[in-house]
Amino acid sequence: MTEEIIIAGFGGQGVLSMGKILAYSGIMENKEVSWMPSYGPEMRGGTANVAVIISDERISSPILQNFDTAIILNQQSMDKFESGVKPGGLLLYDPNGIIRHPSRKDINIYTVEGAAEAAKQKSSKTFNMIILGAYLKIKPVVKMDNVLKGLKKSLPERHHHLIPMNEKAIKIGMDKVKEVNKL
Amino acid sequence: MEDVKLMKGNEAVAEAAIRAGVDAYFGYPITPQSEVIEYLMAEEPHKRTGMVVLQAESELAAINMVYGAAACGKKVMTSSSSPGISLKQEGISYIAGSELPCLIVDVVRGGPGLGTIQPSQADYFQMVKGGGHGDYRLIVLAPSTVQEMADFVELGFELAFKYRNPALILSDGVIGQMMEKVVLPPQKERLGDEEIDKRYGSWATTGKKNGRERNIITSLELKPERQEAHNLHLQAKYKEISEKEVRLEKINCENPDYLFVAYGSSARICQKAIQLAEEKGIKAGLLRPITLWPFPSKEINKLAEQVKGILVVEMSAGQMVEDVKLAVNGKVKVEHFGRFGGMVHSPDEVLEALETKIIGG
Repeated sequence: MTEEIIIAGFGGQGVLSMGKILAYSGIMENKEVSWMPSYGPEMRGGTANVAVIISDERISSPILQNFDTAIILNQQSMDKFESGVKPGGLLLYDPNGIIRHPSRKDINIYTVEGAAEAAKQKSSKTFNMIILGAYLKIKPVVKMDNVLKGLKKSLPERHHHLIPMNEKAIKIGMDKVKEVNKL
Repeated sequence: MEDVKLMKGNEAVAEAAIRAGVDAYFGYPITPQSEVIEYLMAEEPHKRTGMVVLQAESELAAINMVYGAAACGKKVMTSSSSPGISLKQEGISYIAGSELPCLIVDVVRGGPGLGTIQPSQADYFQMVKGGGHGDYRLIVLAPSTVQEMADFVELGFELAFKYRNPALILSDGVIGQMMEKVVLPPQKERLGDEEIDKRYGSWATTGKKNGRERNIITSLELKPERQEAHNLHLQAKYKEISEKEVRLEKINCENPDYLFVAYGSSARICQKAIQLAEEKGIKAGLLRPITLWPFPSKEINKLAEQVKGILVVEMSAGQMVEDVKLAVNGKVKVEHFGRFGGMVHSPDEVLEALETKIIGG
């Protein structure tokens, strides 16, 4: 199994940390992982993305052009990465702020109202975990208990009291994910 | 389960340095390697091992602090990215001339000039061919994984002390910034003053004792006859290193039709291109130099007899390709491919280059 994922959105949405939690969860399952961020002038409000690979085998290139899964969290990223999803692959996005929706017919498309659900939770910080939950519902590449272990590993100890809140957010995401185009 | 961590390449270098029992790190921040000093500052290794971590006032200061500490037989290192390494070149030449061991890390970004902060491999000439003035060589290690970023710290010091020569880890923005699984080495003790004196007292300035000659560390010798003799001694040392310390990895090289030669992150990208090529029925292999100096010329020459063409893939306008051509010596077609100036080639682009420049070319 090799799953090549791009997570792309605005800086500040938790794109990089979501990728990190996913990567740590992969390690908890004894898988090979890589996490390659866009780095540099990106900052809060700018675009940010990270390529995460989870695999049973040694990972070759951390740099990719085509992905099994694209998790898209803003319009700029939609414009940039829709075409990079492999035929038969998955595109998951939050429709909040999206004006040009994906048009491809050869990929699986799902949405999750991450921003709206996070607002309902009165915590914008749960946003990325809602998205992660939606993704794991469609593609359970890692087990839930390993995600929690991954969370524990990637969060500093002083934030461990937030884990139940994150777990709840993941479950909300799993609940609220919607199918748009299923092959 | 062993202690597996998810770390950036830059963080792995920093943690490995603490664990290698390094005495001091002197540096100055620059993207994309700032996590090295950031990690060291946050980790406070002076509490763990007594290691000194100091942000110098400039790159020049940092490399001259390394020079001074290395002269005392200390295990000492610095790191930077391309423009910062350029600033350090004078010091590096002095350290090489004075035959001192130290470790330098270059996390390369796009140039020339201030360039860009995105990944590049355009410092090959600078590191492998000199960079500073005079006839000197650095032992250049090129990691292609975060694990190797950690492992090459100890290996770099081992070689540096064995040959009393600066060693350099030539990395890039990809390997520095990406996170992967890494298994860290166990903590080594730092050497005490007595131990340093015992091991390196024959040359290091550890304080003159009664009955021994004073040790002088200098790269200055005004008598040309003596400077020539010093150069001959250096060349003999470099010859020994090139005979004994070549390191490389061969992937898919049992019976390939075509060969990639690539190091660092480009080698990773080529591995993916090999998989993509296989799907098209093209048999390609990869020779990955781990030491860029000494360069694995013999092995490349040997493989050149078995393949129909060689594509050298590097994120530069073509630097290592010159050494590959020298190694191949006309036996087979050698071409270069690479995006540069901060752009990173994709596996698909690499495969396309193989098809157009080598197979169809």
